[in-house]
Amino acid sequence: MITALLRRLGQTVFVLFGISALVFMVFFATPGADPTARIAGRNASPQTMEKVRKEYGFDRPLPVQYATMMKKLFITQDLASYVDRGELVVPEIARAAPVTVSLVCGAAVIWVVVSIAMGTVAAALKGTWIDRSLMMLGLVGISMPVFWLGQVTNLVTQSRYHDTWLFSWVPGLGYVPLTENPWGWFKALVIPWVVLAVMFIGIYSRVLRADLVALSGEDFMRTARAKGLSPTRVLLRHGLRTSLVTFVSLFGLDFAQLVGGGALLTEVVFGLPGVGRLTYQALTNLDLPLIMATVMYSAVFVVLANAVVDSVYLLLDPRVRDAR
Amino acid sequence: MHADTMPSPALPLLDVRNLCVSFPSGGRLIPIVENVSFTLAEQEILGLVGESGSGKSVTAMALMGLIDSPGVVITGSALFRGQELVGLPQKQLRRLRGRQIAMIFQDPMTAFTPVYTIGWQIDEQIRAHEKLSRKQARARTVQLLGEMGVPDPARTADRYPHQLSGGLRQRAMIAMALSCNPALLIADEPTTALDVTVQAQILDLIRNLRTSHGSSVLLITHDMGVVAETCDATLVLYSGRVAETGPTADVFARPGHPYTTALLASIPPLYGARPDRLPAIAGAPPAPLHRPAGCAFGPRCQFVHTPCLAAPPPALFAVGPSQAAACVLPAEGTPLPPRLTEGAVVTAPVSSQPPAQFSSPEAQS
Amino acid sequence: MTGSPSSPADQSSADPVAQTAHGPSGHANAKTMLRPTDTATAPLLSVRDLSKTYDLPRGQSLKAVDGISLDVMPGEVLGLVGESGCGKSTLGRCLLRLTDATSGQILFEGQDITRLSERALRPLRQRMQMVFQDSYASLNPRRRIGDLLAEPLKVHPGPDGRKRTPAVITGRLHDLMELVSLPVTALDRYPHEFSGGQRQRINIARALALSPRLVVADEPVSALDVSVQAQIVNLFADLQAQLGLTYVFVAHDLAVVRQISTRVAVMYLGAIVEIGETDDVLHHPAHPYTAALTQAVPRPEVGALRHPPLRGDIPSPVARPSGCRFHTRCPAVEDRCRTEEPTLQPVRSGHDVACHFPLAAN
Repeated sequence: MITALLRRLGQTVFVLFGISALVFMVFFATPGADPTARIAGRNASPQTMEKVRKEYGFDRPLPVQYATMMKKLFITQDLASYVDRGELVVPEIARAAPVTVSLVCGAAVIWVVVSIAMGTVAAALKGTWIDRSLMMLGLVGISMPVFWLGQVTNLVTQSRYHDTWLFSWVPGLGYVPLTENPWGWFKALVIPWVVLAVMFIGIYSRVLRADLVALSGEDFMRTARAKGLSPTRVLLRHGLRTSLVTFVSLFGLDFAQLVGGGALLTEVVFGLPGVGRLTYQALTNLDLPLIMATVMYSAVFVVLANAVVDSVYLLLDPRVRDAR
Repeated sequence: MHADTMPSPALPLLDVRNLCVSFPSGGRLIPIVENVSFTLAEQEILGLVGESGSGKSVTAMALMGLIDSPGVVITGSALFRGQELVGLPQKQLRRLRGRQIAMIFQDPMTAFTPVYTIGWQIDEQIRAHEKLSRKQARARTVQLLGEMGVPDPARTADRYPHQLSGGLRQRAMIAMALSCNPALLIADEPTTALDVTVQAQILDLIRNLRTSHGSSVLLITHDMGVVAETCDATLVLYSGRVAETGPTADVFARPGHPYTTALLASIPPLYGARPDRLPAIAGAPPAPLHRPAGCAFGPRCQFVHTPCLAAPPPALFAVGPSQAAACVLPAEGTPLPPRLTEGAVVTAPVSSQPPAQFSSPEAQS
Repeated sequence: MTGSPSSPADQSSADPVAQTAHGPSGHANAKTMLRPTDTATAPLLSVRDLSKTYDLPRGQSLKAVDGISLDVMPGEVLGLVGESGCGKSTLGRCLLRLTDATSGQILFEGQDITRLSERALRPLRQRMQMVFQDSYASLNPRRRIGDLLAEPLKVHPGPDGRKRTPAVITGRLHDLMELVSLPVTALDRYPHEFSGGQRQRINIARALALSPRLVVADEPVSALDVSVQAQIVNLFADLQAQLGLTYVFVAHDLAVVRQISTRVAVMYLGAIVEIGETDDVLHHPAHPYTAALTQAVPRPEVGALRHPPLRGDIPSPVARPSGCRFHTRCPAVEDRCRTEEPTLQPVRSGHDVACHFPLAAN
């Protein structure tokens, strides 16, 4: 077990190294472009240029440059954005991360619960009109772009019907920290949660239904029925429990990429100052230190989430447990 | 000992009459099983033999009420202890399944849910039918596994299906099937996925069930050897219809249907003279859609003549006290000659093995 | 010899003494009389100390084939029997270099092919072919039978060293169809249009397209129904006689192997435990495993002798027992068997066994 964990940790570090090296190469070691000028920003004075060159070691060999960058990112954490008047990058991400995590976790709870319910009910009632309408609904959810849905809900809840009893509770766009005002946090996020979850509900419920229907032809499902179990028990304890293995692997990756900044559109539409929006800003301003930092942040999350998915796998599937 | 199995004065455990199972295909109903009838007495082992597509598994699934493909039509009658199974609502069927009628399947690897321990799955069946605590259920599970010859049953109960060998898995499967002491065990190719030495163990176990647990067994197999060694009575299916039925000893000694004869002849002998060529049956069984109007075996039969080809297919004709064949030959007064078997020249290997035992009661009756 | 037709009464109340006494000519057969040791010709295929090890996670390894040596004479049929995990299929694949052996030597027509490059092997491949168990999986479902069969003929040059002309290929395809008793019209159809038996005929035709000398057949009839199985076994026998082929016939069904084989090698956990003439091995086994195996085969006969089955399961090939690999299940195990591994030693002429205490011939 310990060796497995250590091996896993080693893999994680290796993957992070690979990603960071790749990103570094793309942004800082591209031939023909001087990273100094890019970091310092447009129309920077020669003094600033010189300072940046010194600070990042751009006058020294590439490995040293890379090491300096990593040191500033992870150890001294004093990587600063010149475009943004010397704003420190790491604390900036630390401020944005809770917003994104709040958004994505809430949405994840909604989409997991709703899609499991929808998928299971549809599989149980396979071929009926309930099955067909649930799957239709799922398809509608997948087809609606999140920014469009967000804008429409904003239009409805913020302006058009804001004064009716139905939506008068909806606060203005923006984020309220959980620690300051839990109820305000909830009110500010509940609509973004639903909007973000809609597409995933569509995908997950359809995938789960397909998986459950495929499983119903399996020998063990036949055994479970031959044992005289109720259809509900056969579906939930034998079918759904086995389907969860697929479900979890899908979920882990989606969740990770959202926390890593993939919820960008939702964050922009609802004015939430999360990591996605930060990344977006960094890219529009070509703010190299910030890009470097957000990419690393997102990589860390994807790799971590993968590790978590793998361990949940071990919990869910005894066959995987023994294969290690 | 077989003579009393068919016209038994007591009610048979299972009495199947004219069972038909049809599946819809291309706007038509295709009969997969046609007019299958048989009876199974208490503590009897009946072998349902046939090649792939003969409808043997479909028959079993129909009895268990496990066929749920849309549009399937099941007609006829199947009385289990006087209760009609055909058309029984799922809710009542469920109470029978697992408790009165249990089933084991061909591949014990895929027949267990992979994510639960063997013990959990056996406990589940016990607790589905009887009000027992987890502890009581587990105690019975462990006891059953022990009875089925599983070494270290308490530890094995905590293991997952993939951690056991094929033989152990099938023993666990049988333990699960017997957990509520069913009157009828349907075994669908229970040894096909196993190696011969393990198959011999499992067949031994199944043979002993009727004395140890008082169970009747409906054994579905394609292997004539397994039938000969295990079953009291035999039902030969061909293309969804009964070709021949009777006590196993009679069917193997004097097959009444040319298909049975040809099938037995096409099995290469392990002992005795080695034929230069095997007497193979030409062609392949017909697809249900292209089943001939007359005798389904007609096109492959060496004795085929005009009466065989006309509809309806030949009815079962008594060729012995309790043996019947669906063939026109005995009705025409030209029954098949008795089978020549390797028994006449059998050379049993003599070795330093423990002395040969005649564990088969049939052999001496 | 089948003896006189026995009455049904004889069947069900068979006298045990009559069953144990075997007819002296009960296992006589013209084919078995020809022993490889009697022929002066060199072996077509020779295997020396062949091993195949698979590496598993956690530093474990699986010795699927464990130091096997054997000779296959031209024109003979060597049956490889054993239960799952005994390595018979792996050995079959190693013989044709479809799987590369870990160590040891394979000589085909006297030439060492163990380490030959794929390129150098190609001309030899024409003379050694394989037939697999799954008749459907081995045929590309999107291609017509004619195209499937023509492919090897197009790839390999003809016997004169030049490319075959379309006319030559068509002629050959027609010959092949006739060999395996399929109509010529089959060439224009797709694999799914055939039954399992017919597909296996097609597979055999494909294996024979380049007129090989050696055919390794891996469980070629296991997936077929009994009535169809007999047809294919007959086809194998007919082709062997007609074309003078040499087979290595891998199967778990002893009766099928007996029907077709000149000699039989019994494998257990990666090694040959007994090898010799078919009926000598199957009717007078010297190894307790062979004895148990033959006794465990269910025979289509009511009242046949039934022996107590072998106890226990086949051990995992990953954790092979020490000493004799069979000692954990052997009914006659002694202390020596647990520590000392027996090697193949002749018990009779042309009959070798790997057992410290071979069973006496009766």
